[in-house]
Amino acid sequence: MDGDRIIVKKILLMGNPNNGKSVVFNRLTGADVIISNYPGTTVDFTQGKMRIDEEDMMVMDVPGTYSLDAGDKAERVAVKMLKDGDIVVNVVDATNLEKSLNLTVQLLKKKTPMIIALNFWDETKHKGIAIDFQKLEEILGVPCIPICAVTGEGIKKLTERLKEAKISKFSYEDKEKWHVIGDIIGQVQKLSHRHHTFMERLGDISTIPLFGIPLALVILFFTFKIIRFIGEGLIGYVFEPVFEKLWSPLLLKFSAVLGSDGLIHDVLIGKLIEGKIDYGQSFGLLTTGLFVPIGAVLPYVFAFYIILSVLEDCGYLPRLAVLVDGLMHRLGIHGLAIIPMMLGLGCNVPGILSTRILATRRERFIAATLLSIAVPCAALQAMVVGLMGKHMVFGLSVVYGTLFVVWVVLGILMDRLVSGTSPEIFIEIPPYRRPYLTDLLKKIWIRMKWFIKEAIPFVLLGVFIVNILYTLGIIQFVGKYTAPVVSGIFGLPKEAIGALLVGFLRKDVAVGMLAPLALNLKQLIIASVVLTMYFPCIATFSILIKELGFVDMLKASAIMIASALIVGGMLNLIL
Amino acid sequence: MNERISLADMQSGQKGRIVQIDGGGGMTRRLDALGLRVGKKIQKVSKQLMRGPVIVSHGNARVAVGFGMTQRIWMEIE
Repeated sequence: MDGDRIIVKKILLMGNPNNGKSVVFNRLTGADVIISNYPGTTVDFTQGKMRIDEEDMMVMDVPGTYSLDAGDKAERVAVKMLKDGDIVVNVVDATNLEKSLNLTVQLLKKKTPMIIALNFWDETKHKGIAIDFQKLEEILGVPCIPICAVTGEGIKKLTERLKEAKISKFSYEDKEKWHVIGDIIGQVQKLSHRHHTFMERLGDISTIPLFGIPLALVILFFTFKIIRFIGEGLIGYVFEPVFEKLWSPLLLKFSAVLGSDGLIHDVLIGKLIEGKIDYGQSFGLLTTGLFVPIGAVLPYVFAFYIILSVLEDCGYLPRLAVLVDGLMHRLGIHGLAIIPMMLGLGCNVPGILSTRILATRRERFIAATLLSIAVPCAALQAMVVGLMGKHMVFGLSVVYGTLFVVWVVLGILMDRLVSGTSPEIFIEIPPYRRPYLTDLLKKIWIRMKWFIKEAIPFVLLGVFIVNILYTLGIIQFVGKYTAPVVSGIFGLPKEAIGALLVGFLRKDVAVGMLAPLALNLKQLIIASVVLTMYFPCIATFSILIKELGFVDMLKASAIMIASALIVGGMLNLIL
Repeated sequence: MNERISLADMQSGQKGRIVQIDGGGGMTRRLDALGLRVGKKIQKVSKQLMRGPVIVSHGNARVAVGFGMTQRIWMEIE
């Protein structure tokens, strides 16, 4: 019966980070691609399918590594994946042969059939690099194919020669590695003198603080303008109309079938507000529960993934990480933690998911906690802006200023108190490159699929649990006993507790509920800061449990409540 | 005899050769993976405020190195 088994060959794409490996991956695979988590790690990789000569093959985009022995988590996963691979496609950066060959020669020793794709072949010409790829093929003993992944040149040749992949006889002594690499380069590469291009100069000066910091501020400003434009546009013109015009009528019929009342009705539909479904206040699993992740969160996540993918593909993100690393390092996190923070300003959920890029558990805890305390999401920010009305400039300055101080002070404290290590930044800065639309679209598509799979089930579960707590009256009970805190410490009217309770589900709606309370400017500021800090919304909370585990989530929550009490109380005294 | 200083103390734009790395196997291996090793000629491209990372170039590659690490990389200036 063994003959019936379908054996699918596994093709591993391996190479350094930033060498266009994922573009090669996109070229080889179709739309059916998914991001998977390597079991037992925080490392994600992408896989898809391709078909050659009627044979289905699995293509895996192995996490980018520079070496196989430096021991970081991506490398450990790469080494493990290598064991189950049938063919290795080693993507090499032709503009940076020395760095790439370091990994190549280590891969050759692993004795898996291999083929080499020399990417960025077009760029070598501008950079005055001439590589004799046939000679390289002769020396290394595996096929070497020049390609330009973004335009697709050479990809056909690569797939045709895939079956020629073979185990190399090339060998060397480990301590002679760099001599061997130097030797190979001496034989195959000729450099001619040339001047630096404009893009290279721009690449270098955007890491010089005097120019780089103003540039970063301009880029961040436009990032948020564009994200709000796309996010609010999608919500206002697509998601809300779909929910209200198509989904609500169905739910109202369903509500009538359930008899407009009772436990099941309360859990699924929630309360009808004046006979209608209000996605902000009904709190049913099918009403607010579906609307939060899909109607309110997804559009911002989509908008953010667009911008993030553009900044990533053009090579700006590592430069931003370098500019902010000096500050971030004092908060116990890496410059790259700027990515979760930026995502968090759109929606905290993808922000927390993206803390996976950080190397250690300590960094992830600090980043996730700072994010959920002091980084307000786009929906919340939009409501706060609206609430401030004519006091906008002063009010917002105080709110954002306070949150920034909290972010820094809490970070410094956690850096002192949280055990574990935060490694120093050590990353490659790739040259600026033009992003390509097809790759961007595919990347965004893969990320959205991943987000829906990773986040939405947890958010729904969280909403379900809060719903039950509401229906059983537990949350109202907590509210009754915490109302004195709200008035005593924060100086807010007792009714504001209603908003804080709703804030578990949706912070933007909670801010909206403050509007009829006729708060003065001081109270508005305190309420906005406290609402941001006191607790994450249920979507974020669910993801915190998923990513940090229950115990660390409890620690993070304790820090949130304590700092909200302290900061809110201090603002009440100072202002 | 050429001047010998740490990468942290080098000026932006200066070129030099790495002569010594004061670090354990872990740090040496990480540096090695990105092409920074004893004997390598590099140029310091830029540095950051608040003892932030240093960017160095070699060939067409640019690498950002944390400040703490740059204090332990010794250079001979050309």
